[in-house]
Amino acid sequence: MRVSIAVNGVATESDVEPRLLLVHYIRDVVGLTGTNVGCDTSSCGACTIHLDGESVKSCTVLAVQADGGSVTTIEGLATNGELHPMQEAFRENHGLQCGFCTPGMVMAAVSLVEEGRVTDEASVREGLEGNLCRCTGYHNIVKAVLAAAQGAKT
Amino acid sequence: MSPVVGTPVLRKEDPRLLTGEARYVDDLVIAGARYLGMVRSTEAHAEVSSIDAGPALAVPGVEAVFTGADLQDAWAAPMPCAWPVTADMKNPAHLPVAVGKACYTGDIVAVVVATSRYAAADGAEAVVVDYKPLPAVVDIEDAATDRVVIHESAGTNASYTWALVPDPDAVERAFASAVHTVQERYVQQRLIPEAMEPRGVAVVPQPIGGDLIVYSSTQIPHILKVMLAVTTGVPEHKLRVVAPAVGGGFGSKLNVYAEELIALAIARKLNVPTRWTEDRTENAVATVQGRGQIQHIELAADADGKITAVRVKLLADMGAYLQLVTPGIPLLGAFLYHGVYDVPAYSFECTGVFTNKTPTDAYRGAGRPEATYAIERAIDALAAQVGVGTDEIRRRNYIKPDQFPYASPAGLMFDSGDYEPSLDRALELIGYEGLRKEQADRRASGSTKHLGIGISTYVEMCGLAPSRVLASLNYSAGGWEAATVRLLPTGKAQVVTGATPHGQGHETSWSMLVADRLGIDIDDIEVLHSDTALSPIGMDTYGSRSLSVGGVAIEMAAQKVLDKARIIAAHQMEANEDDLEFVDGEFRVRGTPTKAMPIQAIAFEAFTAHNLPDDIEPNLSESVTYDPPNFTFPFGTHVAVVEIDEDTGHVALVDYAAVDDCGNQVNPLIVSGQLHGGIVQGVAQALWEEAVYDDEGQLRNATLIDYLVPSAAELPSFKLDHTVTPSPTNPLGVKGIGEAGTIGSTPAVMNAVVDALSPFGITDVAMPASPQRLWSLIQEAKTR
Repeated sequence: MRVSIAVNGVATESDVEPRLLLVHYIRDVVGLTGTNVGCDTSSCGACTIHLDGESVKSCTVLAVQADGGSVTTIEGLATNGELHPMQEAFRENHGLQCGFCTPGMVMAAVSLVEEGRVTDEASVREGLEGNLCRCTGYHNIVKAVLAAAQGAKT
Repeated sequence: MSPVVGTPVLRKEDPRLLTGEARYVDDLVIAGARYLGMVRSTEAHAEVSSIDAGPALAVPGVEAVFTGADLQDAWAAPMPCAWPVTADMKNPAHLPVAVGKACYTGDIVAVVVATSRYAAADGAEAVVVDYKPLPAVVDIEDAATDRVVIHESAGTNASYTWALVPDPDAVERAFASAVHTVQERYVQQRLIPEAMEPRGVAVVPQPIGGDLIVYSSTQIPHILKVMLAVTTGVPEHKLRVVAPAVGGGFGSKLNVYAEELIALAIARKLNVPTRWTEDRTENAVATVQGRGQIQHIELAADADGKITAVRVKLLADMGAYLQLVTPGIPLLGAFLYHGVYDVPAYSFECTGVFTNKTPTDAYRGAGRPEATYAIERAIDALAAQVGVGTDEIRRRNYIKPDQFPYASPAGLMFDSGDYEPSLDRALELIGYEGLRKEQADRRASGSTKHLGIGISTYVEMCGLAPSRVLASLNYSAGGWEAATVRLLPTGKAQVVTGATPHGQGHETSWSMLVADRLGIDIDDIEVLHSDTALSPIGMDTYGSRSLSVGGVAIEMAAQKVLDKARIIAAHQMEANEDDLEFVDGEFRVRGTPTKAMPIQAIAFEAFTAHNLPDDIEPNLSESVTYDPPNFTFPFGTHVAVVEIDEDTGHVALVDYAAVDDCGNQVNPLIVSGQLHGGIVQGVAQALWEEAVYDDEGQLRNATLIDYLVPSAAELPSFKLDHTVTPSPTNPLGVKGIGEAGTIGSTPAVMNAVVDALSPFGITDVAMPASPQRLWSLIQEAKTR
């Protein structure tokens, strides 16, 4: 099936198998490998991207479902070589170690802040429940998201 | 230039990881690569009667199917076990693709070669395998009875028995004269390491020379290269192994895996690039698991609760085969079952048994969390018996600061330690007195929200390892690490390390060490690693060894560069070497402020070699291979606070304090990050995680839906502090921190759980402390 999906503002088009997952479209067809695959049950959130402005797990969306849509991946977050404030906050607060969960975690966190769902530590912890990290124990991720949310307010 | 070591420098690694630029194995673009699909046994123990590849070959995109028999000629040796712990250890031949019989549900019985990821998966599903099921051996104690023997060639399920009993009579005497004795049985449930990046491998034959590049998501490219050569017969110099970005390991990628050998063998057979990436459910059965022990620990103590002897017997689950260091894992704990306590008499024995389950091997802490758990739980039981607080019983037994270096009853020499201050500070951080009061108030008021406070003080042996000690333990390799520090003509520095990072931030820490030693800006330093072509010599990353072995090698190599630069500087400035001082990156002649040369200028002089002393070789590039004289012994005290809901059995971890001592800290940001992650992995063992097998040997919770890796929502933030007791055995005074969190946390949490439930007369709770388990225990206690 023919799909056309805007990825990070660039129009892409391809013939795909109906069963092709959006994450594999992004990785294997478009060639953007920043979005990772960490599980096969939509549990880990490593593949989190923004589809039409909302964070979704791209392993749970078929490429054909995203036809005509607009996708932002981790590669589309920094602008003009400047890290997005959330990326910067993760760095400042040592919110990443091996980095594998990081793209998905950052994309989920950006949504959380943009949707105004960050009120306190508990709101960040609940809001990131769908994104697993095995390295950081979340302590610094939570700090980073709170810092970025604070920065977004000021 | 102010020193950077000891300051929280932001990581150099982060920008590429934060922007998606980092390349993990599955991210590599490899033209013409064939995707492999592994057909794994659906039975835990079965004869493989027949394999029909026909339906798979009919799947579009599937090009070939290999069975175990088809690949038998590809192996020069079976899968390697590098740690034959005893001379008579049973190590049945383990082939990458099983032939005739499968021994666990991850065992590969056939391999599909296809042109795409999806076709490989379809093909693997289409292969028809007939099994003749055999009775599965699942339970460790059942395995030890030899009711069903898994490996006929071994004749028994017992792989080995290893003992450490320095003075049996002393142990007997201590127990005979003891006022208090404690006997406990603990189960270390199996854990799935669950590194967020599943394993992956890609093998690319080179167009000329017969060379092969192996990309693998591994902690050990250097060791893997040697083992690939041994097992496939490819000459070692024809192999280059690269670990690109690696998404966590925790010990699970410290191994030589069937898929790595298979990808290499098929790439050679077909002369095409091959690649394979594990999916998560596959990972649960195909990647080694951790723990898996039944522990019997006995303490003898005098009337005051001073421990006089520790006696330990373990039954350790090897799983179906011995992987790279499977049998040695319990031995890494064998020396530490007396913990931080001054105990005169000691006895340890471990029997490793085969079961029809995924092989066990290293998982964060590897042997030491198990040891710490047993002693730290048992000492709480002793405290209850003696009738003193769990803080007080520890104070009475700690090895005292003036006893260091401490000759341990198990034969180690603890380098340095001062345990009580870590307890004092941890209790202060958590607000211990107030919590005990709140606990008493809640109990008095009949609250159904039970508060529990648990303490654990740990010591670990890390910095693996002095090579001669490894020899005495029958390990097949050394424990050194290699480093090269070189200055380039333009004054930039290159650091080559044999340590292989997979999240630990080596590029940052190594740059910091060299920046301080050579007065060069961190951003002018590049760290080369994880590629055997760039870093040919190394022993890789595990066992909290990178800084205390690899970092020390870098420090020493940088010092050698500086020493040589000083000779050149003296020559160039026509000064006496002794009259030079090295300040802010330049050599200055004392008393002559105008005479100075920055180290970058000396690098250029060393490069041109136009004007060097007669006996000095060109270039500034120095290499060191450092073999540590001893292990290092980090320690600390962790305190966990839990709240248990009597009506549901739910445990909430409400507060947590940890005071750790890893000697001098190079980067406190990285130290705290290692602790946070380690603590959560240990908490997860206590409260949530367990690989659950049914009686047929099927893993019942292979997905991340069913296996509870904690999310942020289950956890609090942590209160950390540290003490600093430098190690006297290395010039940096460092000890290691990678595993400390995991070692300290599990017993702290379980002691808190037991403490919370003590009003019910409950004295032990098995892990994980699930709501169902606790609710049942509470109901039983109420009806007693």
